[in-house]
Amino acid sequence: MTFEYAPAPESRAIVTIKPKYGHFIGGKFVAGSKHFPTINPATEEVLSQIALAGKADVDAAVKAARKAYANTWSKMSGKERGKYLYRIARIMQERAREFAVLETLDNGKPIRESRDTDIPLAAAHFFYHAGWADKLEYAGLGTSPKPLGVAGQIIPWNFPLLMLAWKVAPALAAGNTVVLKSAESTPLTALLFAEVCQQAELPAGVVNIVTGDGSTGALIVNHPGIDKIAFTGSTEVGKIIARAVAPTNKSVTLELGGKAANIVFDDAPIDETVEGIVNGIFFNQGHVCCAGSRLLLQENVAEEVLHKLKNRMEKIRVGDPMDKNTDVGAINSKEQLAKIIELAAVGDSEGAERWSPACTLPSKGFWFAPTIFTGVTQAHRIAREEIFGPVLSVLTFRTPAEAIEKANNTPFGLSAGIWSEKGSRTLWASQQLRAGVIWANTFNKFDPTSPFGGYKESGWGREGGRHGLSAYLKGVSHE
Amino acid sequence: MSFYGLVDGTDASLKSYLGNLSGVDQVGAEARAAMLATRSIKTTSKRWAIDTAITMVDLTTLEGADTPGKVKALCTKAVRPDPTDSSVPSVGAVCVYNDMVSVARNHLDLIGGQHVPVAAVSTAFPSGRASMPVKIQDTQDAIDAGAAEIDMVIDRGAFLAGRYIDVFNEIVQIREVCGDKAHLKVIFETGELVTYDNVRKASFLAMAAGADFIKTSTGKVAPAATPPVVLVMLEAVRDFYEMTQVRIGVKPAGGIRNTKDAIKQLVLVNETVGPDWLNPKLFRIGASALLNDLLMQRMKMDDGYYTSPQYVTMD
Repeated sequence: MTFEYAPAPESRAIVTIKPKYGHFIGGKFVAGSKHFPTINPATEEVLSQIALAGKADVDAAVKAARKAYANTWSKMSGKERGKYLYRIARIMQERAREFAVLETLDNGKPIRESRDTDIPLAAAHFFYHAGWADKLEYAGLGTSPKPLGVAGQIIPWNFPLLMLAWKVAPALAAGNTVVLKSAESTPLTALLFAEVCQQAELPAGVVNIVTGDGSTGALIVNHPGIDKIAFTGSTEVGKIIARAVAPTNKSVTLELGGKAANIVFDDAPIDETVEGIVNGIFFNQGHVCCAGSRLLLQENVAEEVLHKLKNRMEKIRVGDPMDKNTDVGAINSKEQLAKIIELAAVGDSEGAERWSPACTLPSKGFWFAPTIFTGVTQAHRIAREEIFGPVLSVLTFRTPAEAIEKANNTPFGLSAGIWSEKGSRTLWASQQLRAGVIWANTFNKFDPTSPFGGYKESGWGREGGRHGLSAYLKGVSHE
Repeated sequence: MSFYGLVDGTDASLKSYLGNLSGVDQVGAEARAAMLATRSIKTTSKRWAIDTAITMVDLTTLEGADTPGKVKALCTKAVRPDPTDSSVPSVGAVCVYNDMVSVARNHLDLIGGQHVPVAAVSTAFPSGRASMPVKIQDTQDAIDAGAAEIDMVIDRGAFLAGRYIDVFNEIVQIREVCGDKAHLKVIFETGELVTYDNVRKASFLAMAAGADFIKTSTGKVAPAATPPVVLVMLEAVRDFYEMTQVRIGVKPAGGIRNTKDAIKQLVLVNETVGPDWLNPKLFRIGASALLNDLLMQRMKMDDGYYTSPQYVTMD
């Protein structure tokens, strides 16, 4: 007998999902008018009916946020605001299992990741920014930085709660109020977060959450009562938003797509590099804007690394996201799956060589096996376009200079990885790379103290750290 | 000796062989081990893991106070870990000091434990601080007394001073003494080598010199068999197999005290070298207290409740 791991499913009994949800406006849940289903992408089970916010809903949310900003939140001392943020952070930790289960059901990501990464990091963002709330004048941003007002925040489906935390925590710490729209396919943890706001007795209207689709997002972007737009999502939508806010007074930050180079030099620590490659592209099913989706291997170690990578990929456990031993879960939506399939087919037709480990995919739900393409060159579409799925394009290089040239030869510039045991090479390479986040001998590591954001078509501004805070304050210079 | 064609026995060739190894990133190795520690092993797989772990235990007593009585009791436990349940398998081996080998061998044979080998710690265990003739004699004594497995310690002083060839030659000489009479396990004392780079280097050195097993620790120094150390050794064994088609065993020892720890070790094996290594020929766990926890967990799975420690034998 071999060592088969028996199913170890996390219980979903800890969460109660209502059959229908409304919006969270002015501290209360208010009924929506039109609804759409949100499903579990691993089973296609309908989890709940979600309200589609129209103009009246967005107006009401902005009005509530404006009122809370003018009457309460902007007048409150930083110390008091900090207390609320600490309280929210603690409640998130206390209810971490609920958040993790809900995130996995709604998003399809493995429970191990929602439990060990998404939820702890989301709480950490609130803790971190709670500390800033009464220290804004010491943040090096001028003597008395002021909030912007009402922030309209639009978040993606890949890290629903974590992206909410990245947006809401700094906004609140700086004294802004928010209208946040969760992603169409993953609204449930944002709605649980609304409950947490009530539980923390956060003043009404400081956080308003509306659910909906792209049309709701457009209403927020174009709303005259909003002072700042913060968006995380595709470069395509980011460009639309940039055009929309250009003639207005709105501040804007955009976290957009990426096509990160993960560069492996021949003196890399090979086993840990292989782990980093796997983590770089298969973490969260590759639904990561900063995913290491372009692997650049130095030619003299390419064969060895690929051999080890394939062996390692044979061990990846794909399947039920609620199973505690699952490494790669479900693709978030039918649309996303179609996009991944389409781009992978382009890889085939362009002559790249596709490889996947043997794995049985569930018959229901949206699934895509971990895949690598070898023999990819800069001219292939799969080396240039963001696939946003568990698909890795493998390229090779001969010299460090060639590696940098290839890494930078992209319209994106969100992140990059360098694998080498030679410190001087790592430092040199990180100076040459045009990317907002550069990891050395690791990948996909996040921390609230560390600014995150992109060059070029990967976006404007930073989130996290002191840089991220500055995006929610005026009277200070923006990068 | 051919050393698998990897080295020719000269200092230069050994240096070149070890110099070609890739480094180990500490943060990455520890992160991988920590991730594998989250595997949730339940129900049928837990039951299988417990029984497999029992067959891998090198039931050990290495005390100055060891007596024939103590060693005989250990042997009895090794053959039938649970006297009330004959479905519990025997352990992998009994591990004792040199002078207790004949006591252990004779007693095992007497009680129907012919299938349980005796392992002897050797080469001036645990420090390794003795001259080579003494170490050779130490090993010869153990084999003459009936040891089928020799757990030798390396000279950590020589290793840390960079005299790899001395460490290599010692292993080669002890290997010759063992011949085909005894399996050779080489103990690194990873708590004294400290870095993962050293652990990886020591692993490749020992394997080329003729080790049948590589073993983390003596049990006298902490930290001992931490999951990342075992991970690095398993990776070395896996890579060595690819180079030579020879399977070398791994024995973590020291600090593995309960079922949870043991199962984590089996997960490391399963997801690093694969199921071929999940048997006592290629994976052992050096332990003393672990066995009783495995037995108690086994009873719990059968009966549905935790028993008092009084229901398992103390030795």
